[in-house]
Amino acid sequence: MAVEISDEIEVREGVDRETVETVQNMGSYKYGWDTEIEMEYAPKGVNEDIVRLISAKNEEPEWMTEWRLQAFRRWQTMTEPKWAMLNYPEIDYQDQYYYARPKSMEVKPKSLDEVDPKLLATYEKLGIPLKEQMLLAGVEGADETPAEARKVAVDAVFDSVSVGTTFKDELAKAGVIFCSISEAIREHPELVKKYLGSVVPQSDNFFATLNSAVFSDGSFVYIPPGTRCPMELSTYFRINAENTGQFERTLIIADKGSYVSYLEGCTAPKRDVAQLHAAVVEIVILEDAEVKYSTVQNWFPGDEEGKGGIYNFVTKRADCREARAKVMWTQVETGSAITWKYPSCILRGEESQGEFYSIAIANNMQQADTGTKMIHLGKNTRSRIVSKGISAGKAQNTYRGLVSMHPKATNSRNYTQCDSLLIGDQCGAHTVPYIEVKNTSSRVEHEATTSKVDDDQLFYCRARGMDEEEAVALVVNGFCREVLQALPMEFAMEAQSLVAISLEGSVG
Amino acid sequence: MLNIKNLHVKLEDEDKQILKGVDLTVPAGEVHAIMGPNGSGKSTLSYVLSGRDGYEVTEGEASLYDHDLLDMEPEERAAAGLFLAFQYPVEIPGVGNLTFLRTAVNAQRKARGEEELSSGEFLKVVREKAKALQIDAEMLKRPVNVGFSGGEKKRNEILQMAMLEPKMCILDETDSGLDVDAMRLVAEGVNALRSPERSFLVITHYQRLLNHIKPDVVHIMSNGRIIKTGGPELALEVEKNGYGDLLAEVG
Ligand SMILES: Nc1ncnc2c1ncn2[C@@H]1O[C@H](COP(=O)(O)OP(=O)(O)OP(=O)(O)O)[C@@H](O)[C@H]1O
Ligand SMILES: [Mg+2]
Repeated sequence: MAVEISDEIEVREGVDRETVETVQNMGSYKYGWDTEIEMEYAPKGVNEDIVRLISAKNEEPEWMTEWRLQAFRRWQTMTEPKWAMLNYPEIDYQDQYYYARPKSMEVKPKSLDEVDPKLLATYEKLGIPLKEQMLLAGVEGADETPAEARKVAVDAVFDSVSVGTTFKDELAKAGVIFCSISEAIREHPELVKKYLGSVVPQSDNFFATLNSAVFSDGSFVYIPPGTRCPMELSTYFRINAENTGQFERTLIIADKGSYVSYLEGCTAPKRDVAQLHAAVVEIVILEDAEVKYSTVQNWFPGDEEGKGGIYNFVTKRADCREARAKVMWTQVETGSAITWKYPSCILRGEESQGEFYSIAIANNMQQADTGTKMIHLGKNTRSRIVSKGISAGKAQNTYRGLVSMHPKATNSRNYTQCDSLLIGDQCGAHTVPYIEVKNTSSRVEHEATTSKVDDDQLFYCRARGMDEEEAVALVVNGFCREVLQALPMEFAMEAQSLVAISLEGSVG
Repeated sequence: MLNIKNLHVKLEDEDKQILKGVDLTVPAGEVHAIMGPNGSGKSTLSYVLSGRDGYEVTEGEASLYDHDLLDMEPEERAAAGLFLAFQYPVEIPGVGNLTFLRTAVNAQRKARGEEELSSGEFLKVVREKAKALQIDAEMLKRPVNVGFSGGEKKRNEILQMAMLEPKMCILDETDSGLDVDAMRLVAEGVNALRSPERSFLVITHYQRLLNHIKPDVVHIMSNGRIIKTGGPELALEVEKNGYGDLLAEVG
């Protein structure tokens, strides 16, 4: 499968064989390499000139520049939200670079055949055929799926810039548009104008507004009516440059009766200075369309003392705008020093459905405040939340979720299951559910559990030969199974190894 | 060969002595049975040998070949060839039985510096051994022991044993809860593994199992000690008369 990708990928300079090998040889945070590339930076700090410069660098039309400036002016009147259960030093927004791109991007792209953008593909290293792994992992339907037939199209975003998209032609044949957002702004302005900011308005929140002003790149997806996207789409984000904030913007539109599964992977080098990441993802889903959005977030979490790491403030929202629209968010959050993230579903269309599956692991000094919002606006809408929080070391892990049933959302249902697992006795798990029901025919169910890793289970594993870390990883993977199963197979395998990696050093 | 000398064990958090000087030697290739009243310390002995937390060895020693067991981590003991079929196998929700088995097999191979089994090889072996124990594909996929019947759990322990090929197998009441046919399957599983290099310590309350797995030596344990050692006829005697006479003998 990796071969298939590497045959067709078009990537520009900056990602190469060496990085692939470096990754494979890394220690506990195995994505911590730093690629040496000559970078072009805009001056530090943010002001109207910087906003104009970013817009100019992306060769944007005037309306887009104006849109950004409007957001920037708004942002200057806003203050950073403080309600989350997060503790971090004051962020100096003027001490960041808001634009960085590899110098080589100015020249013509060249094709590198050795690159596998799924650097994360741990299964390859294990040397087992994918299908067998799926069987072993008990993946539903593994017997029926011909593993060789699966393809994934990838868009790689390196610091601020999209460096290449694979399978473009094949996608174009199906009428699917998958490109960087800067390209979409130039090539498909009618779609961008219509939908950008329609799910997450410019003024939505402090971080989203900042993103609206300074976003540098990101991915754009449009699936035409009645189309089932012929392959999985994936964006791979990497922050490489130092002191650089990454502000990517993703816009996905699933037109009537269409379907797409979208994967997002994130890594960053080890730095002892914290780095800011404030992304916005907007998804528009029309009648009878369905979108699956899966994230494996593995930004650098900082070291054991809490030095460095990514501050991740992300706004992700899906709007089930019409009847029977469906969205499923699945996230595996193992990285970042600070996570502030609530992928949400607006269930506007009648009988629309939203699902949220989450694994959040916080180890050492990591802090995660994450959850979802299910806003039921339409009749007969359904939502389901399954959250698995794992805390180890001195980490704090908070689930924060809102379920809101509006007066017109009659006969709607929500089911929430929220489980926390503690490893050791210095960490914390918190559950903060907000529930609002404004009609009498809707039902909301909430179940929550908190438990410690079971000593008998660990002993049983160890008596069979696994060391303590392996035993913990296995038990934790079991705890997360429901969510892992919601992931596409490739990601599920990767996520399992990530769980193990991110819990290293959490026992003993 | 398993060698236990004068083993004294108390609970870690409580002032309660459970093993009060156990002496026991199981030479390579032999099958020894331990019988004894409830609460006499049989499971405790098997847990202490496998390295479970919560016990404190106050005196004595235990070795497996040239390994000093009591100084080793549980996983090191497993890699050295010690296996305990649990009296109460533990459920691990969400972890597929196959995944568990494969992780265990490869962990031990790795610890011994051997190549890991490829998934192809592994699946082939596992299917074969599972078939002999009448464990179907469905049970291999299910989470470890979750929702397994008592007998299924015990057969699953034997499957693990067959996959791990230990040198020293301790079976803690593997026969309890088994129907007649399952008992025969388990006994066949054990007998298939008998070899001059492999030893067994079979903890049981019933002579029945010993009809299928013929022991070389039978020990009677009571109140933290081995109070009597004899041949297979000792088990028959217990079956017939209970422990009364034996206990009276030692006072
Ligand atoms: N963790 C513990 N806490 C308190 N008491 C314990 C603990 N572990 C063992 N014991 C006690 O030690 C004694 C021996 O227990 P053990 O389980 O070894 O007996 P056994 O011979 O296996 O019995 P059975 O035939 O019923 O399985 C019992 O009295 C038991 O209650
Ligand atoms: Mg017992």
